[in-house]
Amino acid sequence: MASREIDLPAPKRDLSYWLKATFIRLGVLPFLLVIALIVFTLLSDNFLTVRNLSNVARQSVYLMIVSLGQMFALLTGGFDLSVGTILAITSVVGAMAMAAAFAMWPDAVPLAIALGVLAGIGAGVLIGVCNGVGVAVFGVSPFIMTLGMASVGFGIALYLTGGVPVYGMPREYGEIFGFGNLLGIHLPIWIAAVLAVLTYLFVNRTRQGRYFYAVGGNIKAARLSGINTRLTLFVTYILSALLAAIAGMLLTARLDTGEANVGASMPLESIAACVIAGVSLRGGVGRVENVVLGALFIVLVQNGMNLARIGSYLQMVVLGALLILAVIADQIRLRYIAGARD
Amino acid sequence: MNEADNIEGGPRAGAAPLLQTVGISKQYPGVLALDRVDFDLRPGEVHILFGENGAGKSTLISILAGVQLPTAGEVRFRGERVVLESVHHARNLGISAVFQEFSLVPQLTVEENLFLGAEFTRHGMLDKRRLRRSAEAIIKRLGFPLAPSAQVEHLTRAEQQMVEIAKAFRADLSVLILDEPTASLTDRETEQLFALIEQVTRDGVGVVYITHRMQEIRRIGDRITVLRDGRYVATLDAKTASEDELVRLMTGRVISELFPSIRQSAGDEVLKIENLSTPNGAVLGASLTVRRGEVVGLAGLVGSGKSEVMRAAFGAEPISAGRVLLKGEDVTGQPVRALLNRGMFYLPADRRDEGLIMMRSCRENISLPSLDRRPFSFGPILERVAEIRETGTLADRVNLQPRRIERIVELFSGGNQQKVMLAKCLTRPVDLFVLDEPTVGVDVGTRAAIYAFIRDLCEAGAAVVIVSSDLPEVLHLPRRVYVFYRGRIQATLEGEQITEENLLRHFFDREAA
Repeated sequence: MASREIDLPAPKRDLSYWLKATFIRLGVLPFLLVIALIVFTLLSDNFLTVRNLSNVARQSVYLMIVSLGQMFALLTGGFDLSVGTILAITSVVGAMAMAAAFAMWPDAVPLAIALGVLAGIGAGVLIGVCNGVGVAVFGVSPFIMTLGMASVGFGIALYLTGGVPVYGMPREYGEIFGFGNLLGIHLPIWIAAVLAVLTYLFVNRTRQGRYFYAVGGNIKAARLSGINTRLTLFVTYILSALLAAIAGMLLTARLDTGEANVGASMPLESIAACVIAGVSLRGGVGRVENVVLGALFIVLVQNGMNLARIGSYLQMVVLGALLILAVIADQIRLRYIAGARD
Repeated sequence: MNEADNIEGGPRAGAAPLLQTVGISKQYPGVLALDRVDFDLRPGEVHILFGENGAGKSTLISILAGVQLPTAGEVRFRGERVVLESVHHARNLGISAVFQEFSLVPQLTVEENLFLGAEFTRHGMLDKRRLRRSAEAIIKRLGFPLAPSAQVEHLTRAEQQMVEIAKAFRADLSVLILDEPTASLTDRETEQLFALIEQVTRDGVGVVYITHRMQEIRRIGDRITVLRDGRYVATLDAKTASEDELVRLMTGRVISELFPSIRQSAGDEVLKIENLSTPNGAVLGASLTVRRGEVVGLAGLVGSGKSEVMRAAFGAEPISAGRVLLKGEDVTGQPVRALLNRGMFYLPADRRDEGLIMMRSCRENISLPSLDRRPFSFGPILERVAEIRETGTLADRVNLQPRRIERIVELFSGGNQQKVMLAKCLTRPVDLFVLDEPTVGVDVGTRAAIYAFIRDLCEAGAAVVIVSSDLPEVLHLPRRVYVFYRGRIQATLEGEQITEENLLRHFFDREAA
């Protein structure tokens, strides 16, 4: 150790050096997590309890799954602003199909559940197909395409329900997929964990996974390397929609009704979760495990603010500010990295 | 406006330097682009800046033109220290620059572009009549065939170049900076420009002129300053300097050291392009053949079709007519993936724009074109251990410095980024390598290494096509050169015929001149 110090007049390895190194390596999320844990522990006695933290885990499932999908869109240099609508249309169509099937065959509960889930997820994925065709085939910017589809989908969901919640699903659906338990852990948490692991493997261990990074990092270089960039973009929006749709069906189970206005805050929250987790808005950079943490962090902050009796209006202010702060931190980090060239 | 010229220039001819840099340096992240360069420009002279791509010429003129500030050293204008904070500031001092990248607003007209930022007003409103009159006066003086009301985006590249030059010739000119201004002009337009340069230098204007062409240096140059790797090398008299001496100063080596001799043989035909055209007219009826064991050069100006023809053959640009045969198979209009699988590899000219994924690691960049094959993957699953091993081996083979394959490409120097590009095309069996501007922005050492690399590929029996705007490169490596002009093959030169004179003669359209 000593010899190294003599060789190079190395920068001082004090606290600020390590903080900076951590920041460059991991981004802003670890700092935010630590700050949030300290602040909320001080603000409320109930915050740092097993009961509350397991609550946070359960509540964060839906955002986490949606954020995993959002990550694909961001990785390829786009957005998916229609994730909220996908949740809504999945919830409405799924609940209506399930209720109808249950009314027709009151004895075949598993069949009704299966039909409902399939119909709901199918409807959500259909929005993703539209996004994918628009972005990949017609070259519409992801911003406009998904913004447009958000309005289209939301309109359809409201039209189908008249703005009224959809009732009539079998009780078992909510009992299993909303509140079910396996080995003492809520079933939605299991599902989210499995999806996170699958996404991790897909992104890191398969060829197609690597192509998302390549297309987002430099679409021209990807094309000249023989990658089917259109297909990759198309798959991106299908995956984003599929994950949002799964979240939609889980949320429907939790609420026991199909509702058109679930998920309104999802686009902002899922993008915030990804960006705070270091997913680049310019595409090509992002890690699955960080996105999981990012989603946990957002829900943790919301939970902490609830316990500290901060009203929902002020919570919106905090969330928006956090998103912008994360982007600024990302810019600063890029500058540090640029300074690290040799 | 002529009045102004006289007042500025007249009495100062022969006086102290008009514009001078003292120990000027420019540090970019990762690159020292200029290292304590001294340069001076006398009134009434044409001072040529000479050096390779990446030698620091562009950085120097961008500092002189106020585009960027130096990190050290100072700029003196008429003997007084100035800090050129902006292009606007430089222009107020009478320093005008014409860069290779145009600074025109395509949606505006010629006259609006000419006076952009210096519009005439009357009672706070734009004075369109005066604008028209002034624009006509400038264009007439230059003798360029331009209509003041034409929209710039509808002009040809040559015409845009003229607008750019016209923009620099303003009333209070004292220093004129021209970066390869004749690149897309015809002979007649070039003559007009030279006449104009003579006219303004008589008025005491100093001209900084970047060119690679010996003929131009002899024709209009007074002094030549040679830069290499960001450093000042020498200043010579333009009338007496020999070409050999210039090349030696520019590269730091004698030609034979830089360019290896390649044992070329003409084996089987690998690529045959027949009457190829692209829908945008960039390529018009081009035909060429490439054989195993030979290096073929494609020369011509930017936009002459030399690059586009290979891109079209590779499936990266659409084809409107003609055929492409790869090893006897018709592959016309096939996608990139199909061409890669049949053994063609194209490395683009612009690393940053379409070659590399800057924020990803060297490993991921190198393996990208071959993730669909062993050992990089097995079915859809990536073989990560094999990937690390293979890309590491290739990084050694191209001598990546530092050899850190997990580091992001952005953090490497230009020469090492180019090595990552070369490593990409070694990930799979390739019969035909197409290297588009393989030595742009790399240092001399890397340059020599790249030529040795090309020699090895060729002697191992592959066919190599070099698409290049770098004259020495096209002169010394290939055994056959196709010269492109406006989308057509203007000439095919073999062996002894490949001389600078012959090449340049076909770079321009004689008939139009």
